[in-house]
Amino acid sequence: MKKKIYLDYASTTPTDPKVVKAMEPYWNTYYGNPSSLYQLGLKSKEAISQAKIKISKLLNCQTDEIIFTGGGTESVNLALKGVMNKIEAGHMITSSIEHHAVLHTADSLKKSGQAISILPVDAEGLIKLSDIETAIQDNTRLISIMIANNEIGVIQDIQKIGALIEKINKARAKKALPRIYFHTDACQASGTLDLDVKKLHVDLMTINGSKIYGPKGVGLLYIKTGTIIRAIIDGGGQEKNLRSGTENVPGIVGLATALELTNQTKHKENARLTKLRDQLITGILKTIPKTILNGHTTKRLPNNVNISILDVEGEAMLLYLDEIGIQASTGSACTSTTLDPSHVIRALGCPYEVAHGSMRFTLGKYTKATDIKYVLKHLPDIIKHLRAASPVIVDMKEVDRAIKNAPRKIETL
Amino acid sequence: MPKKTKSPVKDLDRSGKKPSRRKTDIASSVDVVPKGTNDTWIYTDTVKEHFFSPKNLVTDASKMKGYDGLGMVGSPACGDMMKIWIKVDKQADKIKEMKWQTFGCGSAIAATSMLSVMVSEAGGIKIDKALAIKPQDITKRLGDLPTRKIHCSVLGDKALRSAINNYFIKTKQKDRVIKEQVRIIDKIAKVTDHDIEEAVLEGAHTLEAVQKKTKVGVGNPEVIPEVEQLIRFYTEKYFG
Repeated sequence: MKKKIYLDYASTTPTDPKVVKAMEPYWNTYYGNPSSLYQLGLKSKEAISQAKIKISKLLNCQTDEIIFTGGGTESVNLALKGVMNKIEAGHMITSSIEHHAVLHTADSLKKSGQAISILPVDAEGLIKLSDIETAIQDNTRLISIMIANNEIGVIQDIQKIGALIEKINKARAKKALPRIYFHTDACQASGTLDLDVKKLHVDLMTINGSKIYGPKGVGLLYIKTGTIIRAIIDGGGQEKNLRSGTENVPGIVGLATALELTNQTKHKENARLTKLRDQLITGILKTIPKTILNGHTTKRLPNNVNISILDVEGEAMLLYLDEIGIQASTGSACTSTTLDPSHVIRALGCPYEVAHGSMRFTLGKYTKATDIKYVLKHLPDIIKHLRAASPVIVDMKEVDRAIKNAPRKIETL
Repeated sequence: MPKKTKSPVKDLDRSGKKPSRRKTDIASSVDVVPKGTNDTWIYTDTVKEHFFSPKNLVTDASKMKGYDGLGMVGSPACGDMMKIWIKVDKQADKIKEMKWQTFGCGSAIAATSMLSVMVSEAGGIKIDKALAIKPQDITKRLGDLPTRKIHCSVLGDKALRSAINNYFIKTKQKDRVIKEQVRIIDKIAKVTDHDIEEAVLEGAHTLEAVQKKTKVGVGNPEVIPEVEQLIRFYTEKYFG
């Protein structure tokens, strides 16, 4: 029997059987349209209300502040376009390590006449508070910064950033300047971190189901009461007119159940995963020479390991790992649709060759200590083999110098 | 003779045997799913064979002595780099042996390995024939590559030409040295690699900028991956 070790939980998670069970009745028994007024419709409407109650407790918000969508990307699009398209010639700030859902939406906003500033990160992937202050302009309308990064797992201090924006907003109110909204992409964080929107000081927050053992194709956007936003999808006016289209009732039930379940177990699970994560990180860095941990050592998700292994290329490593049953991912250009390697690893200041050689292992609830041992047993041989076949010898000192000398400027799109 | 490469994946060290694949195993039939698309990238068994058990691979470059030509192209920054050593039968004007090292993905490694077989099989091929090898010839022998991965195989023939040139120079056959031929990249827009090189030299470093100057790939999007690779290659060459 071939081994199968899934270490790509940041890409997506298997659906928890309890989630599947909770969703089950809404396929065939309670299949009504929530907008219908008869019993079957009301049953579906009730399921959505219950889901909102469950989630509102976790987020510490009102039920009518939750809008269900078709996933994380759609929530991000609604937050960014919904807020920015409400005004003309506005300004938005985001960071260089955001998911493409944010960065490509920013591109599209730029094309429709909005100005965009992109904040740099330091060598460990953290955003400087002072950069946020510098980037803010009179016409700034929105700031979007992710809690935890999907590639390198780095956790930003959203609480501090949120509090800073709140302080700035108070000062702006006195000068009759418009309020700045704060959105955070919490897709990677929702199974592990505190999602209390009041503690985080956020106005908008994106969450999806597929990273928390919930269903794919469903997400939510928390929108603080009073936020000026408009729909990006026109139609029947569901979800307070902000997300038209018949609600995905089984998906919504699944998302709420998944959020509830992961939040019940997260403290214990975080501790367990952190231990395994650190074993894997230390193991690789110790046994394989010329390796670099990408992202902060401790301010990172409990399940994220991202390491660049120099002189070899990511896809080659990935294929060898797959052959022995280890499923992971890489920031190499060779697995992307463009020829660009990971923008996140590049943003750390790393040269292209470091990004091409990056491997991401993300752990999850079915990851066992023996799986980590298995990776640590086989990875060094694979690297030895690929390095022997490689004509490249990257100078570590040059890499260090490149990281140290990276410009790290606030960029305008 | 460099020793035969041993694959770290033990049950895969098939040394030329036909690969046996468990068809029921989902993980082995679905390979790499690129970010942002639904395409699956399935490599043929021939590609896998050459990737997991590369032929004529050099595992210790310091031991490479007595070769007649050495060539190198690419850079780690652009994601692919190849180094090729050749031995030539001077009387017959034939390549006897080709050894190589590659930094790159599965396609790049498999393509170089296949190229080494193509030039050395059946007693080797004439130098003129080796010079005429195109990336498509390699891809064809590999049983095709996923469309998006074809650009990963375009450096092998260049590296071989550079090794042959090195042989020409070493043996004082200066008249035979070939300047890198002009290659048509976009048949519709009639854009060559030289045009792209010129555009990069004039400061166009993005696809958009190069397209403004050359119209390459505008009506012919299949060539864009190769164009992007060339832009990266020339940018690295002149500005890297």
